[in-house]
Amino acid sequence: MPSYVIPDKCDGCKALDKTACQHICPNDLMVLNKDLMKAYNQAPEMCWECYSCVKICPTQAVEVRGYADFCPLGATVTPMRSTDSIMWTVKFRNGTLKRFKFPIRTTAEGSAVPDGGYPTGTDDLKSPLLYTEPESTRCGELPKVK
Amino acid sequence: MPNFETVEVKTDVLILGGGMAACGAAVEASYWAKKNNLKVTLVDKAAMDRSGAVAMGLSAINQYVDVNTGKNTINDYVDYVRNDLMGITREDLVANIARHVDSSVHLFEKWGLPIWKDADGAYVHEGRWQLMINGESYKVIVAEAAKNAIGIDNIYERVFITDPLIKDGKCVGAVGFSVRENKFYVFKAKSVLCTMGGAVHVFKPRSSGEGLGRSWYPPFNSGASAYFTIRGGAEMTCQEVRFIPVRFKDAYGPVGAWFLLFKSRATNCLGENYMETNRPELDNWKPYGMVKPVPANLRNWLMMLDVTAGNGPIFMRTEEAIAKIADASPDEKTKKKKLKELEAEAWEDFLDMTISQAILWAATNTAPEEKPSEIAACEPYFIGSHSGASGAWVSGPEDIAHKDYFWGYPNMTTVEGMFAAGDASGASSHKFSSGSHAEGRIAAKGAISYAVDHAGEPTFDDAELEEMKKRILLPLDVFEENKGATTDPDINPNYIRPKMYMFRLQKIMDEYAGGVSTNFTTNKHLLERGLELLDFLKEDSEKLAAEDLHELMRCWENVHRTWQAEAHIRTILFREETRWPGYYFRADCPSMKADWEVFANCKWDPKTGKWEMIKRDMHRVY
Repeated sequence: MPSYVIPDKCDGCKALDKTACQHICPNDLMVLNKDLMKAYNQAPEMCWECYSCVKICPTQAVEVRGYADFCPLGATVTPMRSTDSIMWTVKFRNGTLKRFKFPIRTTAEGSAVPDGGYPTGTDDLKSPLLYTEPESTRCGELPKVK
Repeated sequence: MPNFETVEVKTDVLILGGGMAACGAAVEASYWAKKNNLKVTLVDKAAMDRSGAVAMGLSAINQYVDVNTGKNTINDYVDYVRNDLMGITREDLVANIARHVDSSVHLFEKWGLPIWKDADGAYVHEGRWQLMINGESYKVIVAEAAKNAIGIDNIYERVFITDPLIKDGKCVGAVGFSVRENKFYVFKAKSVLCTMGGAVHVFKPRSSGEGLGRSWYPPFNSGASAYFTIRGGAEMTCQEVRFIPVRFKDAYGPVGAWFLLFKSRATNCLGENYMETNRPELDNWKPYGMVKPVPANLRNWLMMLDVTAGNGPIFMRTEEAIAKIADASPDEKTKKKKLKELEAEAWEDFLDMTISQAILWAATNTAPEEKPSEIAACEPYFIGSHSGASGAWVSGPEDIAHKDYFWGYPNMTTVEGMFAAGDASGASSHKFSSGSHAEGRIAAKGAISYAVDHAGEPTFDDAELEEMKKRILLPLDVFEENKGATTDPDINPNYIRPKMYMFRLQKIMDEYAGGVSTNFTTNKHLLERGLELLDFLKEDSEKLAAEDLHELMRCWENVHRTWQAEAHIRTILFREETRWPGYYFRADCPSMKADWEVFANCKWDPKTGKWEMIKRDMHRVY
């Protein structure tokens, strides 16, 4: 089944023009059943289990059940993603529980400045230097083949 | 023809794709565009935050040369890549990426990517070239910088590109359709940069039920780059150099941290390490069998020999590796702490980039410190950025490239105005996520330079565009016109749906071109038979049927895969030797030959529809 939607939790992102899961799925798998106002995965066998839909769902309505053709039933892996970290809860088939928390970014969301603060070292379109170089190489000059 | 509005977008530089290479391109192109009064437009089939191969995240950056600390030189990296690819590599391209890649990594850190640091503040290396990261949001962060650079108004998401626009041998744009609304898109540009990823699902995967989608490389990378460049008439290189990674079995979790960081062994059912017991086999693949690290395909090969001999399963000895590291602790308290740390690192490795593997561990009650986990070879993929090499034959940089390898602009294909980077450019392996980003930047600067030098407005014949539109939307017509002929929309004598078409392609490739079921072995006769069956499939591609826009995309993805498949078969056939055992084995030419230390290139002529096979010489950079 890969990703699946829990009907009681899904509200079809009713305030938006499309659902969050539909917006993010890299394989165009999540769709909204407009009669029920619930989302679903239209081709589970094409799902990469990338969890993009799980992480983005505002109501935590999307979960993943491991590929049934090789994965035993009974385990869950559940993320809670905030702006700077992610918390994972892993439940084993035998009931063992593990929790892990990892950082995901060191800066504020939206703050990435394209040049990273590195000054431009050239105005020449034909130069091999890219626009943040040589500063961004931290080598003083572009490294050479010797 | 269904009623689709045609939307025309005029721009100067067109970036196709939204992955790492495209994001690098967006950042670099935007800067030079502003200086030169040019417009840059980017088209992505998905949403940039989570599109491309890094959609899920990554647990490591696999290319960081670390020149600034004096750890390595550009020459070291060139040596590594040449040897890993059994001598077949464009050293000029590899060197060019290597001298810029550290810049990309430094930018990632500035943008907010957490890179592991040691007590002295230095990056933690997983291996010589690899850095450990907390990479769940790697793509989100890199896409954010790209979007901030190029501006939301210049990005078209959920537009699927099918074909290049070629006029008088020059690339002047691309066409495609929205997968959300009935719109046909025409992008006209002075230069076009193709960064649409590699190809998965050309070969039959090992899991063919629900797990069909659990390919190691993402199933949404469906050969768009190969098709786009081939159909434009670009010369292609290394189309035979597929990649088969060895990964944790079934869920395809990464093994890099286990082999490199935790120094784990992999052993067969007798407890033997195939890298030791099968070492004499490496003598047959000199000089590359003698280098360190042993090339990726040869490591595969030594493992496959054990599996073929009936000595499976092969286990990654995670329990042994963890115990060894923990036992080095001076006291019980430190040991306990170390064990906890290692456990979290082991799980994060999967949770950052292959969550399925974490589910599989949990579902099989596997704690890595307690029991080993099975590893196996996956199925073949086309990925020019990793340890495969397939892609377009592109110009090198003027200051490094041999004259045979330079034609005006870095990363321009042999088609004027058409550039390629990431998985789309060939013979420059081991660029991974970071090198793809750097190569995107290099190619984008070249594409801007081309647009400045060729300022004429791009034009294209309207009647021809209308024909293309008709051909691209045809699967919708085929479905509409024929759906009433049977009571089941899946079974109809007048059409084939994209899913069954894909299965047919995969079966041909699996059985004739050296897939999983033939143990990656083929020969001239099998390949010729495969081409014959591929011809029928290509004819039937005109009967592909699509019920909706999603399925229309699936139809075209599979046409794209078919062209990648054909280039692959033709090139394996052309190269009369076996050079990459572990990736594929030509049973009729079972050894490596000195006179094949050349590039095997191919080219499809858009005018005649004929393929040409070409040998190109190897030139070293030092």
